[in-house]
Amino acid sequence: MTTYLPLILGMLLVTYLPRLFPLLTLSQRRLPPYLRRFLAYIPYAALGALIIRGIADSAAGLAPATLAGVTVAAAASFCGGGLVSSVIAAIVAAYIALSL
Amino acid sequence: MPDNHPPGLRQGAADGFPIVVGYFPVAMAFGLLAKTTGVTFADACLFSLVVFAGASQFMALDLIKAGIATADIILATFLLNLRHLMMSAALAVRLREVRRGLLPFIAFGVTDESFSVAALKAGKLTAPYMLALNGVAYAAWFGGTVAGYLVGAVLPAAIQSSLGIGLYALFAAILVPEIKKRPVALLVALLAGLAYLLLSRLGLLSSGWSLIAAIIAAAAAGLFVRQDEEREGDA
Repeated sequence: MTTYLPLILGMLLVTYLPRLFPLLTLSQRRLPPYLRRFLAYIPYAALGALIIRGIADSAAGLAPATLAGVTVAAAASFCGGGLVSSVIAAIVAAYIALSL
Repeated sequence: MPDNHPPGLRQGAADGFPIVVGYFPVAMAFGLLAKTTGVTFADACLFSLVVFAGASQFMALDLIKAGIATADIILATFLLNLRHLMMSAALAVRLREVRRGLLPFIAFGVTDESFSVAALKAGKLTAPYMLALNGVAYAAWFGGTVAGYLVGAVLPAAIQSSLGIGLYALFAAILVPEIKKRPVALLVALLAGLAYLLLSRLGLLSSGWSLIAAIIAAAAAGLFVRQDEEREGDA
């Protein structure tokens, strides 16, 4: 059984340090606007890349169901559905797509 | 809200309640997906106890499944969590009077959600308030992970594939409300997806590095969108 301890500790480090550093240095300066925008855009970029990667690189036969699930989740979320209800709707859609 | 009574433990726990309601099911999804990804119960718990970062943990599961190298997953996590720099920087100004020894504990609990609550709180922020706010969220995150993993252990194998797809559905459900707030998010997300496809098909970089390069390139490209086309100021 693989253990992910090195990964978990590495992730601890890169997650905790950006949380800790500004608090300890008590920097009064706000980050420059372009840097703040760049940092704010990273999650959007990551999510976009992960979603498209998930559809394009999915295991054989799973791509249509993945696309269906993502589409349903996006639509549900766009119509004001919460995180959990959107995901549940998507899982149901994917399940249906897989059993077609 | 009268300013003469700074918020304490009780207020922090009360303000954290909506986060608890939001975190528990999402953490359950993490536990469940960790189980279907083949992560042990102990490791799934450690992820939530030690890393405590939703999007990063889900991304890690996805990249584990894809066989991406550990160092590349850590680098991608670093990128994703750089945004916490600006949240902590914004909080730092309002936590100046807090004892320094407590700051490492407060820092550990800075998440998108706890930051949003604290940032909107009028008046002074105190250590007990922040610790209670972060503490209840942390407890919900860990509790949900355990519950989800246990549910995953009794689910029939037939629906495991559709549950795996739920991960990408979750990414979409996180992204879409952001797009509604800030249309530039759609452009950045699409650019990142296209850049990833291009880079990974070129085969010059590993899959992990293609992802990292695509994220940096798309976030940088977003800077060229005229600023008056979006609302600045949040976060």
